[in-house]
Order: sequence, then C-alpha cells, then structure tokens
Amino acid sequence: MEAATTTSATAITGKRVRPPLLDYNVIWAVALGIGGYFLGHFLGARIGHHLDAQSMSDQDDMAIFAGFIVATIGFLLGLGFFAYPVSRILGRPATLREGEEHGPWRYFRLCTDHKVVALQYFVGVFFFFFVGGLNAMFIRAELTHSNATLFQAGNYLTLVSLHGTMMLMMMSAAVLGAFGNWLVPIMVGARRMAFPRVESLTLWLTVLAGVVLLSAIFLGGFPTGWTGYAPLSDQARGGMDAYLFSFALIGISLALVGLNMIATVMTMRAPGLTYNRIPVFVWGVITTSVLAVLAAPVLFAALYMGAFDRTIETSFFLPSQGGSPYLWDNLFWFFGHPEVYILALPGFGIVLELLPVFTRKPLWGYRVAVAGMFGVALLSFMVWQHHLFVSGINANLRPFYMFTTELISIPTGIIFLIGIGTLWRGRIRLTVPMLFCLAFFFNFLIGGLSGVYLSDVPSDVTTHGSYFVMAHFHYTIMGGLVFALMAAIYYWLPKMTGFKLNDTLAKVHFWGMFIFFNLTFFPLLAAGMLGMPRRVSSYNPSLHTLNVFVSSSAFLLGASMLVLLINLVWSQIVRREPAEANPWQSKSIEFQLPTPVPAHNFDRIPVITSAPYSYGVEDAPPVADFGAQAGHGGPAVAPEGGRA
Amino acid sequence: MSALGATGGPAGTAPEPRHGRRIFAIWLVATVIVVPLVIWVVGPHIPPVRNSQQANDQHAVNVVLAALAMPVLLFIWVYFGYAIAVWRQRPGDAAVDGPPIEGNPRIQLTWLALTSVLVLGLAVYGSVDLLTKAGAGGGEGPNPIAKPSPAALRNALQVQVIGQQWLWTFRYPSYGGVETPYLEIPVNRTIVLHVTSLDVAHSFWAYELAVKADAIPGNDNVAYVTATKTRSFQIRCAELCGLWHGHMNTTGQVVSDSDFATWIAQQQSQYSGVTKELPPYSHVYYPQPIRRAG
Repeated sequence: MEAATTTSATAITGKRVRPPLLDYNVIWAVALGIGGYFLGHFLGARIGHHLDAQSMSDQDDMAIFAGFIVATIGFLLGLGFFAYPVSRILGRPATLREGEEHGPWRYFRLCTDHKVVALQYFVGVFFFFFVGGLNAMFIRAELTHSNATLFQAGNYLTLVSLHGTMMLMMMSAAVLGAFGNWLVPIMVGARRMAFPRVESLTLWLTVLAGVVLLSAIFLGGFPTGWTGYAPLSDQARGGMDAYLFSFALIGISLALVGLNMIATVMTMRAPGLTYNRIPVFVWGVITTSVLAVLAAPVLFAALYMGAFDRTIETSFFLPSQGGSPYLWDNLFWFFGHPEVYILALPGFGIVLELLPVFTRKPLWGYRVAVAGMFGVALLSFMVWQHHLFVSGINANLRPFYMFTTELISIPTGIIFLIGIGTLWRGRIRLTVPMLFCLAFFFNFLIGGLSGVYLSDVPSDVTTHGSYFVMAHFHYTIMGGLVFALMAAIYYWLPKMTGFKLNDTLAKVHFWGMFIFFNLTFFPLLAAGMLGMPRRVSSYNPSLHTLNVFVSSSAFLLGASMLVLLINLVWSQIVRREPAEANPWQSKSIEFQLPTPVPAHNFDRIPVITSAPYSYGVEDAPPVADFGAQAGHGGPAVAPEGGRA
Repeated sequence: MSALGATGGPAGTAPEPRHGRRIFAIWLVATVIVVPLVIWVVGPHIPPVRNSQQANDQHAVNVVLAALAMPVLLFIWVYFGYAIAVWRQRPGDAAVDGPPIEGNPRIQLTWLALTSVLVLGLAVYGSVDLLTKAGAGGGEGPNPIAKPSPAALRNALQVQVIGQQWLWTFRYPSYGGVETPYLEIPVNRTIVLHVTSLDVAHSFWAYELAVKADAIPGNDNVAYVTATKTRSFQIRCAELCGLWHGHMNTTGQVVSDSDFATWIAQQQSQYSGVTKELPPYSHVYYPQPIRRAG
C-alpha cells in the first residue's frame, strides 16, 4: 500500500486515459443492461416454453429471471467491473486505484476512492428513499377513505409492497454505504477500504436492485409486502420476480459490505489504534457487518428457493406438493430479524458518536456501549419466531422466544444508559445534529416500549399483524435509524462534500419531522389496538377520523422531508458555501483533516494517540499524530492499550 | 443516582446542585401521579374490550404492561428534560468542555441488574399467563400445550375456520360437518377453533373476542375462545393474502345456547345439499394451488 501511494495513480494504472464518454460509465451500463435484459428474456423464453406452469399462463418467469441475470452482467460490464479480472487473467499488472483520475466522470462508473463511493451511495440511496416515501404518501392518500377508492386493489398492494421493500433495502444500505464507506477508512487511519473494487460493486448492486425492484411496476406488481410470504408469492404476477431478484442483489451487496468493513477494520488500522480507541461509530459498523455477513446469505438462500418454485416448479414452499410455507417464514425471519438490527445498530453508532461532541464530555461507559451493541447483535439471531407467535409454528417454543425477545431490551437499555451518562452535567449544545440525537432517544423509547407489548404473547395476540406492529417498527426504524441518519447528514455531509448546509432550513426540517412523525405514528399504535389490520385498503368506518388525521400529518411529514431535499439542492448544488474544517470543534480524526478531504486522506498514515472523546481532559493529546513517519512501530507516542 | 462520576464542579465555581436527587424527586412525583392514573383512569379503556375470557386476560396484561412502562418512560423523559433544561449551553456561555467522566461501574451494574430483573419478571409473567390461560386466544398449532381445563374441553364446541381468497367459511364437525359462511358461537362455552386455509396464508382475527390464529394451508392451527357476552364481532383477515385482503371480513355472532341450537339446525337444513358434495371433514385440505392468479 505504501508503494502505491508514493507514485501517482496514472503511473500505476499505466494505461492511456480514454475520453470519459468512451470509457466505462453508467451510460454504457444502462445500455448494456437494457440490451442484456432483452437478450436474457429471449434465451429464458426458449427454456420456459418447455415448462408446464409457464406455458399455462401469459407470463414467463424463466424469461424474466434470465433477463435480469443477463441485464446484471451487462450493467456491471458497462461500469468496468470485468476490466480488472480480465486484465489479471491476461497477465497485466495489478492496480489499487481505478477510475480515480476521471474528474466528475468518476462519480458515474466503477471508482475505488471510498469517498466517491460514499457520495454515490448517498445520492443513490436517497433517490430511492424519496421514491419509497412517495409510495407512503400514496398509501396514506388511499387511507383517507375507509373503503378502497383511489387505487385499484392490485395497485394499492404494489404500492404497499414497494414502499416496504424499497425502504428496507435502501435503509440497510444507507448508513453503511454512505457514511460507513466514507468514515471507516478515515477513522481507522487508512487511505482506502480493504477491497475497493468490492466496495464499488456493492454500490452498483444496490442501485441496480432499486431499479429492478421498480421494474415490478411494469411486470404486474407484487402483492406480498416486503415479507414475500409463500404461497402467495408463488401465485403472484411477474413483479414477484423483480422482488426476488432485487432482494437477492441487496443480499449479496449487504454480505459484501459487511465483509469489506470487517476486513478493513481488522487489517487496516493505523498504528496506535487499539481496540479500545476505535470510535464507537466504527463499532456500530462492525456489529452491523457481523449481522449482515451472517444473515444475508440466509435471505439469499430463501430467495433462491422462491425463484426455483416460480420457475422450474420445485415446491419448497408449496404445501400441496410437500413443501411448507413455514420454511419461507423461518428462513425469511432468520434474516429478517437481524435485518431489523442491521437498521438499528448503525443508528446507535451515530448517536453515541455524536453525543460526546455536543455534550463536550467523553463517551460515558465506552466498553459497556460496545458490549451492548455486541449483545444486540448476538441476541438478534435468537428471536425470529416472535414474528410467528400466532402462526401455529412451534407453539411450545413461544415462552423461549418471548424470553429472548425481552432479553434484547437489556443491551438496548445500555444504549440509553450511555446516553444518560454522557448527558450528565454536560455542556449540551443544541445544534441540529444534537436535536436529532435527542429525538432518536425519544422515538426509540416509544418504539422499545411498544415492542414489549409485542414480545408478550398474550398481548401480541391482538396486536400481531395490526397497525400496532406497523407503528412500532416505524418508531424504531424511522424514529430510530432515520433520525440518526439525519443527525449524520447534518453532522458529516458538509465535511464529505465540502459545502455547508443551511441551518435555518435544517431547524425547520427537524421540528417538522419530529412533530409530524409522532403525530403520524402514535395514533397508529391506537389504530392497531382498535382492530385495524396492516396492509389493507379498506377498514372499519369507525376508524375513519383517526386515519384522516394520520394521513394529514403524514403529508406534513412528507413536506418536512421536502425541506431536507430543498436544503440539499440549495446549499450543495446552488450556493456551495465552503464548509469549515471543524465546525463542531470535534476531536474525531476526520475533522482534523482539511475540508475537502484530500484524495488519499493522509499524506502519511497517522499514528493514533488517543481515543477521540477526550473532551474536558486537561493536556489531552490530539487524537492522532499526522506528521509521524508511517510504518512499523512509529515513534513512541502511544503506549499500546493506553486510553488517554 | 446522586453521582454519576466525580463530584464537584471546576475549581472556583459554586458547588454543583444535587442533580441526581432533584431528578429522582421529579420522577418519583410524576410516577406516583401517573401510574395510578394509567391503572384506574386510562386502564379500563385500554383494548381489548372484555367480551371473552381471552379478551379479559389480554386486557389485564395490557394494563400491567402500561403500568410497568410508565416509570421507565417517565424516567427517560424526566432525565432528558432536566438535562436539556439545566445543562443546555445558552448563547453567551463560555465554550468550555464538560467534566471528563468516563463511566461508573457501580451505576452500570445497578442498571444491568434492574433491567435484568424487569425483563426476567416480564418473561415469567408472560409465560405463566400464556400457559395457564389456554394460549390467551392465540393460534397454537395442531398440538396445543396450553389448554382449557379437561371439563371445559369435554363440553367444548369444535368449529373449523377455513380461509380462502377472499372469504371465510366455517364447518361444524359435530353437526354433520355442515359448512356455512356465517360464524355463530354459543356464549360461555369453550370453542375450539381449528383454523386452516385452502390457498395462501390468512389470519383469522375475531377482534372483539381477542382471538387471532394464522390460517396456513396444510396446517391445523388450534385456538381456544370462550365468549362471555352475547354480541356481534368483526372477523378480519390479518395476514396479507392478495388482492382483496382488506375486504376479507365478515361479522360473527355470540348467541345464547338455545339460539345457537335453532340457528345450527337451520343451517344444517339449508346447506344439506351442499354438505353432501363437500369433501369429508378433515383438519387440513390439500387443493391444487392457484398459480399466477394475480
């Protein structure tokens, strides 16, 4: 790695730089992707013609799947993902850096600069996040009537399914992708991720997954929600294939992100960065990555079986032919519950990382916080059948799953304890990121306490599958993760792009989002208790007033997200006011670098001298020695294990 | 709670007020006021309404959980409110850092012990409740472990609930396996519901009776209910089952024993022609799946 950084990138790649339009870029990728779909569809149809189920209907799932597979290959080809393996096979020299010398075009192709990939993630994920949000607006519009009026039944279910699947897919990529990729290499004192090409691959797979999922609209939609329960998934139209394929892409992407993050933190830490000096955000990323690596392959296996059921007529999930719907339920939730914590843990990491900065105090109970996050990660694999309490599966095990589910409130309680300890006698600065962090605790508390009702089997009998569940997980995912994500945006985005965000718009966004989030979802806890099932387009007329109120505040919640969008466009694209290097007086390493952060982060690999939380410590050393000579040992600045 | 770390402020300033005691006092007052309100004022209105033994039980559980949740909720709210009010930096305050307190093992252990006790208590309470209250109205699969008393079971009425896209039908095996689109059950008698499906997964939710059991094709999902009031109740599908999931609802009736006898006799005669054509009563049915229906 040292050798690579002493010479310029162009010299290393040793190849002529082609004009950007002719080189690999997203235009070629889209062209090859679309072409690939039709080629694959044609080939798949040759096979599909020989299968009973396909020939008896007007749709050919084999052709759709083959189309998606060839489209993926074409898409990745156009972005340049095959250039490296092919050139290695042909015996050409290896390069660590690809696409970093392409000016603005580097944002539209395979690029190995982790800061570029992070911003690509940010834009990509937020595009799909807003698409998912728009779906939610349509759903709430339909629910202003107690009887289905606005959308046809199939279209409504497609909206519900797209909203759920899109949000779950994109939110699992949001923090790890946009902030993990940007921050982890810098926080561990490295110039890149351990596998920079894999890093770029995970991004483009995520983008492709979003597009494939949206293609469900043109394939007849899908009626199953994000859970894709069989055997409904087997009888669904071609949109189901888009669900299975896009979720599989996300599964691959998640597992690779996780491996990449773990490898980066394990192998690329700068000298002096002992395990007890790693920023707590990085611990959040590590625990999330462990979950992603272990859970995503199970999802992939389930989707694989589902795709086989739909194409070559296996019967993994079809009871009439010896399969079992419970198999899907088990596999899906074995992934699905860790997935919930894939969403929650990065939020914990962000909030705990920001609290010390805005209370001007060290993180209170660092080791306990890390232990808490590992506790959550471990327990999340032992609770999945609480999603199936009334399904008739393994009834004898319900007390066990009730116990493990309630056990999770111990490590999540620790996160609250750390917040309490860090706030104690702090010098609390109520900046916009801090407001979002405090709102995180407010929302997540309601999410957690409503979760206790769901974990208790007798109480769950009524709340299961109702709006209570829906409100509960919006309190944890949106009230938890998305609020933490907003804190991260206002805290880190100016550092990432080099341009300030407007503070007035930020405050308007915060108050709008906080108030209308609670006005939207708290009444829905009541709607569930009062007998409203999830995912319905018609409901008991007695709940009409409640739903009109919820819809109104949901629209205002959507409007508050528009304020964020306006702020991003206005301050990042129109005004472009340069951001300071360290606007928050943070001690964290990324804020000790100039803004914008130079191409390869550090002139020399820094020596980490302290944990980044030494606020209020007299004569605290700076977090890192940037002038120190890189390499083995370094000067005796940091005794191993010292925590300053 | 009085000291989360080192005591005393920076040298030369007034001694720190006893924040811990103040927070504890505010919390105590708030808890003493709110918890009785939740139990005796809000509590009676917490769903589900007490129309069956199962609803009674779930109602009691919900009130207990609300009463337990309040002190936790209030502690966090009081603490965070106090922190924001007292320790907030106002414009013009000197930009100094806070005291460098890195942790306190005693408080951490106390917190862990408290949350563990709470969680263990909840788990034991929930398990005992589940096992002693005949599953509390939830579906328990083909071989339930939590059952009503043998006496109640001997006198019980078996009813099969069949879900299909997008309607419910009901079979009464002890009345010749008659299948009707209406559900009527006698009051104050244990009903054994056998919930199954003919096509995709549904979920039988009799909201007013606080019963929910998933209808899974190929599975006999048993749930027990004993209605205590004669009244009508909504039946809704609580598991996404395709196009008209939101419309898969009907109304059931809890009636007196004599009304039930009249009604079931009438159903038997009305549907006698259909009953002959039906497949014999079975816990599960294996029809051909409907593929690519939308």
